[in-house]
Amino acid sequence: MSRTASYRWFAEHEFRLAWRDLYGMMSGNRPGRGKRIFIVSLIISLGLHLLAWAALKSTIAHGITSDVPTLLMVSGFLLLPVSLMASQAMESITRAFYTRSDLELILASPAPATKLFAVRMVAIALTTATLTLLVTAPAINVLALTDNAGWWFAYPVVFAFGMMATSFAILLTMGLFTIIGPSKTRLAAQIVAAVVGAGFVIGIQLVAIISIGSISRLQLLQSDFLLARAPEISSSWWLPAMGAMGDGVSAMTLFVIGVLVFAATLVMTAGSYGKVVLKAASIDLASGPKKQSKVAFRKMSAAAMLRRKEWKLLRRDKWLMSQTLMQLLYLIPPAFMLWHSFGQGSSMTMVIVPVIVMAAGQLAGGLSWLAISGEDAPELVTTAPVSAGQVVRAKVEAILISVSFVAAPLILAIALLSVHSALIAVVCVAASVISATAIQLWFKAQARRSNFRRRQTSSRVATMAEAFSSILWAGTAAIWIVGSWAAVIVALLVLAILAFTWWMSPARQSQMPMTDSI
Amino acid sequence: MTHSALSIRNLSKTYTRPAVSDLNLEIKAGEFYALLGPNGAGKTTTLKMVAGLLQADKGDIHIFGHNAKTDPLGAKQITAWVPDEPMIYDRLTPLEYLEFVAGLWEVPGDLAAKRAEEILDTLGLEPHAHERCEGFSKGMRQKVALAGALIHDPKLIILDEPLTGLDAGSARMVKDVLLKRVDDGCTVILTTHILEVAERMAQRIGVIAEGRLVCEGTLAELRAANTTGKSGEQSLEEIFLDVVDRSKEQNQEVAA
Repeated sequence: MSRTASYRWFAEHEFRLAWRDLYGMMSGNRPGRGKRIFIVSLIISLGLHLLAWAALKSTIAHGITSDVPTLLMVSGFLLLPVSLMASQAMESITRAFYTRSDLELILASPAPATKLFAVRMVAIALTTATLTLLVTAPAINVLALTDNAGWWFAYPVVFAFGMMATSFAILLTMGLFTIIGPSKTRLAAQIVAAVVGAGFVIGIQLVAIISIGSISRLQLLQSDFLLARAPEISSSWWLPAMGAMGDGVSAMTLFVIGVLVFAATLVMTAGSYGKVVLKAASIDLASGPKKQSKVAFRKMSAAAMLRRKEWKLLRRDKWLMSQTLMQLLYLIPPAFMLWHSFGQGSSMTMVIVPVIVMAAGQLAGGLSWLAISGEDAPELVTTAPVSAGQVVRAKVEAILISVSFVAAPLILAIALLSVHSALIAVVCVAASVISATAIQLWFKAQARRSNFRRRQTSSRVATMAEAFSSILWAGTAAIWIVGSWAAVIVALLVLAILAFTWWMSPARQSQMPMTDSI
Repeated sequence: MTHSALSIRNLSKTYTRPAVSDLNLEIKAGEFYALLGPNGAGKTTTLKMVAGLLQADKGDIHIFGHNAKTDPLGAKQITAWVPDEPMIYDRLTPLEYLEFVAGLWEVPGDLAAKRAEEILDTLGLEPHAHERCEGFSKGMRQKVALAGALIHDPKLIILDEPLTGLDAGSARMVKDVLLKRVDDGCTVILTTHILEVAERMAQRIGVIAEGRLVCEGTLAELRAANTTGKSGEQSLEEIFLDVVDRSKEQNQEVAA
């Protein structure tokens, strides 16, 4: 009997593609790096285990019991990855519906689309759970090795949540497809994914601000406010937490529920996969406004024209909106806290300013990538009679002004609480934005604007440097507000990281001015 | 003193192997010049150096007297580059794209608006002037890119494989626009693998092989220089294949 087009055959095909994709991403598409990747992964894994041990050792020393406060804490930490898993799964499912790649080949063949759908959805569920385990496994392993081997049951609990989150994501995406149609679902699913991903964290922070006046999730999970409202210890609400903590029956019950929910979802939706993909393929790409936009050929400088073009493209970039939405959503709690704590002194600014600094840095990183690496017509801009320096300056100005639009209202609100904190916010936001933009300039790599979602894979050094610089500028702001000289040390550390990043960058290595190829 | 439209002296560029080697080329103002060559011969590298997209390792490029190295902005002001893969902004309409390009070349507003209207009309883009380019076919995108190249009324237009992937109607339209420009005094240089286009449109033809100019002239001159003893008039295709083969053999002999 032929093996072709069986579930196993599709699964092997998908696994081979996924493995090569992953290996290419980790090795930078250079062959013969398997050993190096293995060693680096091992070192990182050991480092994460050490960090987990350092964070958990005092908790383990005090002894962990299955009482309501502990179950509440574990449930809180389990629910956070579930919302992120659902968000990740939704993104993957949308891609599975809309990315053409091999779909046309497979759909044109006599192989049943339902099998392909089932295999791809299983792959998404497994990937989603595995990604969560990459972060949580060190803590689970440390707890299992030093406290109680029952913590290993957290693994099936995470997989159960992975399957349930994927089922939720499939049903939500299919629902959107049916209700609003294929042309709107792609963008709507990205936005919903961002809201779902950030929703739990934002929700819990808002509850924390209202109930205990703090933005800290940890404080809320330990608060009397929540303990007073928690269910009895016998309640089935604790099933996931009990399972994760070593109750085999709870863990297996949850796992079986996960499998059943996932299987039912596949049975309900797999049959319509072919139709969905065909509908997605027939979207009219010319979705822009048909009404006549006013174009005035005004006399303006080339730099002004470049800035105007960047803003126009950023405004029209629906993917940018969906991709940066999560970063912007994280600004809601500090904004809410500002409003909530108005008139209660300026101490809150110490918590709020770093969040704004970090969000501004990350937003600037995304916008810089779009304006610099994601330039769709680089040859046109290079062949124009405008110096490379002017082009870079115009693009950087466009980015700085765009980020200012987001950060300025929040900084103005801070100024009403404390002018001193607002000034620190201005300095650190500017530093964070300039750092992120500089990193993108040094690591410029021509790419399609539509590849924005995968921009992190082009250079891990740039990604890490961008993350560290925005986090450390946020740290500088927090310490500066307190009035400690340690802020200078943190600022010097960021500058050292930036100097190292420049040293590692292709712009320095090619010994060419960074503006040369813009 | 009258300048050549393009004057290239001893131009060289090496990647891992030489792409262009001591190339000399002289193109007169108002000429339609076709640069031919097999894949990897160095055509695009040469033209990219002329357009300022690549730095030459050695040699000089003058565009209407402007040294491309010492006066790049002066050279760019009068030049237009149309790549083989049209790079336009998906989220701009053709009219907005032209507004942007006119801004980069600092064309006065009124003049740009008038030219945009004419160019869009000539290229058959008028009905799509207000639609975003994201759903456009390859041919439409190529026409938008060409419109961008014309909006600042360049003296030299360089096109890399401009007709690849175009349907017959679009290809005809592009060819007509280019011929009209040459009639109006503009200089056009294009690379193409469609030898019939070079045969019918170009006033002079140059063939590059392994980074060197191996023959050049009008079609009649090429025929006269390439006497193989065969009866009848040789087509450009036959001349091209002969010249490239001979160049390959000579290089192999030198290497041996």
